[in-house]
Amino acid sequence: MNDRVQPTTTGELAALLAQATRDGATLALRGGGSKDRIGAPVPDVRTVDMRAFAGVEDYDPPELVLTAGAGTPLADIEALVAAEGQMLAFDPFDHGPLFRAATGAATIGGVIAAGVSGPRRLSGGAARDHLLGFEAVTGDGRAFKAGAKVVKNVTGFDLPKLVAGSWGRLAALTRVTLKVVPRPENSLTLRVRGLDPPAAVSLMSQAAGSPAAIAAAAHVPAGDGEAATLLRLDGFDASIAARRATLAAIVPARVPVDVLDDGTANAAWRDVRYATSLPTEAPLWRVLLPARQASAFVAALDDSAWLMDWAGGLLWVATNTDAGQMRVAAREAGGHAMLVRADAALRAKVPALHPPATAVAALEARVRHAFDPGNVFASGRF
Amino acid sequence: MTLTMPTPDPAVLERRADIAAALRAIVPGEAVIDAAAELRPFESDGLTAYRQPPMLVVLPETTAQVAAIVRWCHDNGVRVVPRGAGTSLSGGALPLADGVLLGLSRLNRILHVDYVDRVVVAQPGVTNLAITQAVDAEGFYYAPDPSSQIACTIGGNVAENAGGVHCLKYGVTTNNVLGVEFVTPQGDVARLGGSTLEHGGLDLLGLVVGSEGLLGIVTEVTVRILPKPESVSAMLIGFGELEDAGRCVADIIAAGIIPAGMEMMDRPAVHAAEAFVGAGYPLDAEALLIVELDGPQAECDVLVGRVSEIAKKNAAFLVRVAANAEERSAFWAGRKAAFPAAGRVSPDYYCMDGTIPRRKLPDVLARIRALSDDHGLGVINVFHAGDGNLHPLILYDANEPGQLERAEKFGEDILTLCVEVGGVLTGEHGVGVEKRDLMPTMFSEADLAQQKRIKCAFDPKLLLNPGKMIPELHRCAELGRMHVHAGKLPFPELPRF
Ligand SMILES: Cc1cc2nc3c(=O)[nH]c(=O)nc-3n(C[C@H](O)[C@H](O)[C@H](O)COP(=O)(O)OP(=O)(O)OC[C@H]3O[C@@H](n4cnc5c(N)ncnc54)[C@H](O)[C@@H]3O)c2cc1C
Repeated sequence: MNDRVQPTTTGELAALLAQATRDGATLALRGGGSKDRIGAPVPDVRTVDMRAFAGVEDYDPPELVLTAGAGTPLADIEALVAAEGQMLAFDPFDHGPLFRAATGAATIGGVIAAGVSGPRRLSGGAARDHLLGFEAVTGDGRAFKAGAKVVKNVTGFDLPKLVAGSWGRLAALTRVTLKVVPRPENSLTLRVRGLDPPAAVSLMSQAAGSPAAIAAAAHVPAGDGEAATLLRLDGFDASIAARRATLAAIVPARVPVDVLDDGTANAAWRDVRYATSLPTEAPLWRVLLPARQASAFVAALDDSAWLMDWAGGLLWVATNTDAGQMRVAAREAGGHAMLVRADAALRAKVPALHPPATAVAALEARVRHAFDPGNVFASGRF
Repeated sequence: MTLTMPTPDPAVLERRADIAAALRAIVPGEAVIDAAAELRPFESDGLTAYRQPPMLVVLPETTAQVAAIVRWCHDNGVRVVPRGAGTSLSGGALPLADGVLLGLSRLNRILHVDYVDRVVVAQPGVTNLAITQAVDAEGFYYAPDPSSQIACTIGGNVAENAGGVHCLKYGVTTNNVLGVEFVTPQGDVARLGGSTLEHGGLDLLGLVVGSEGLLGIVTEVTVRILPKPESVSAMLIGFGELEDAGRCVADIIAAGIIPAGMEMMDRPAVHAAEAFVGAGYPLDAEALLIVELDGPQAECDVLVGRVSEIAKKNAAFLVRVAANAEERSAFWAGRKAAFPAAGRVSPDYYCMDGTIPRRKLPDVLARIRALSDDHGLGVINVFHAGDGNLHPLILYDANEPGQLERAEKFGEDILTLCVEVGGVLTGEHGVGVEKRDLMPTMFSEADLAQQKRIKCAFDPKLLLNPGKMIPELHRCAELGRMHVHAGKLPFPELPRF
């Protein structure tokens, strides 16, 4: 078990980080630990528990802005905004179930730092698109803020983009300001049955490129059951009816289509979000690539199980394929591959994040240095 | 002008002829401009109060040329200022006396359109509107639509993170750009992002968008395009009280409606616009709201009904729905002509760009009027009401001694007011030189130190667009420990695959 420390004020956190910089020590930032099993195991690194920075501090629904401590549980924020008929458009989720654990642990800071977004990301944008501002402490213990509490702002470098998805390598987030949006009045999911991968990608892409303005599109290939392509419409009732007609004109003739009831639809999207149809024994990869490449990519996989989200732009792949080979294939397809779930031995060997090209790696290193000159956050996990 | 720019380096000025010769070895001779008369058109951008002819202008046509120019300038200690179409309203493209102005206008081709992934790959000098025009026939468009879209370049949009009237629903530039090819201040070429929805590592793309030409030169842009909505409805709503208009906007959003556009004009703006284009605006309105809704016709019909109800509940005296596309353009004509309309009622105007929390609108407009009296200058307000982005246009006459200075002071007071009520200095026009020295009103020394560290991480010699955005950064060594030693990277861990 890692040695742990839980600062309760920004001052304490800053002192801790400044001291670590002076000592040449490394620290690992942690929210609720729902993503503990992503990245290389670092059992000897001291953990900074960020959960004391909790609580929603400012939420004015018509302003579409919410400010909360980074350690606030995601579930609390989702419940609060839902009560006002709003939501986080990037469809964040708790990683617990990906690791066969319960939900409830994930914090908003962790969700932002990991850049977590689910199926609705296709239409709603990513975590990075909804982080308006933040407060944080750099690796050498300097407290600072960036961005602001308004939805439109270009004052200074857009550091919120940079910390979203930085996996704790830049700064310890203490407070985040998020953009929220109205929750759709209704939602409808169509299940198109029996398509092969090229036909599924083609349908999803046509749907996404049509005025039907789909909210999400996923494809689960034939396995024990029939292949299912899921198309989701979110919005006002009148609008959903009209857009459903638009979609009907796109679906190839004689292909069976069902309308899922709410319970089935929710379960289906949950299965996509957590890749539940994929076996847990093999390492699980998250491959982002142009949708155009998706069906060729899966056709080339041996002995693997997969599903597509984001209209073919995201593949979840469970495979024992050599990690190097996975990364070459992803890169050649114009994308990249992240190792999400694997045993500790493999994670110790294979970096979770796709290694960047040389020119980009040099820039990343300089940017990390600009936030963390003492390499305090270079725990070796990523 | 009281603006302090980096002191020109006499040694560089002395080498001007050699520098021109070196650049001519990289690009064809006519692409290097050094004659004084030909430099003049480049002396300012959209913020015409500031003028400075550059030492030289260079107009490359390829990424390789851009990289070679930037590398040569880096190795020879010459400052570089990037420029797209020069429509910046914050002086972002203001030249330096000892700097090379690097114009990207000749990189003006659309390289690739992909309707499966719905992306367009364009060179930075392509205009914003040209992207939409390239995909229009297939039923697509590029969403961010700055009013300058016929002229401004996509590279300039990326550098300024430009917005437009449709950004409330569809996002600003950063939400619609998937990748860039980018030349570092050292002259290396890097690709950030691509045609995928997200990139694997640190979001350097997100950092480069909105970096105002301080971190590198954008030489190619991949943007996301959207299918055109089936139909569009526009409404014109008039109010006798500003407070009612403000509350109406909040209520529309509280009802779960995010219009494609929601613009407000105050009484002086309505009068100026009406006099200019005759859009049919009600002259007795204290505030006029244009609400545009898009989607399937059935959705527009329902939402028009809901917005009408909300407007009436908030004491609107006029709710007009455009009967056809012609009437819809008429609604917009006045709003879109707000700038030239200001130009008609006043010899000069100065366009501001702060954002405030929307609930503060009536209060802020009242205080802007008070400031207008204090400074003895008129002001008209147009406003992206949906996202709280204010554009007060300060009216002045540059030929009257002291008026420009007063206009600038007035502008400063408005921006300080925006920050005071919880808003920001700029919603979409950028900091540039204009708001550079106001940055400390919004950011603490520690906040600014972090911004400086980023600049120094990319450009430790401070050769790329220095004097913009960041106040008082003279040398990166000032930041002490964080100085980056070329080639000695602090994270030696190399990719294992
Ligand atoms: C009438 C008018 C209306 C406007 N309306 C809007 C509006 O509605 N919304 C809005 O957001 N803005 C608006 N603007 C401001 C302006 O058009 C935008 O900021 C635009 O993005 C600038 O593009 P440009 O090509 O003219 O860039 P320039 O003005 O040439 O340059 C802008 C900045 O970008 C840098 N730059 C340019 N090209 C590159 C490149 N390839 N790589 C790196 N850096 C580069 C420059 O150094 C400079 O800092 C308006 C301007 C005018 C004059």
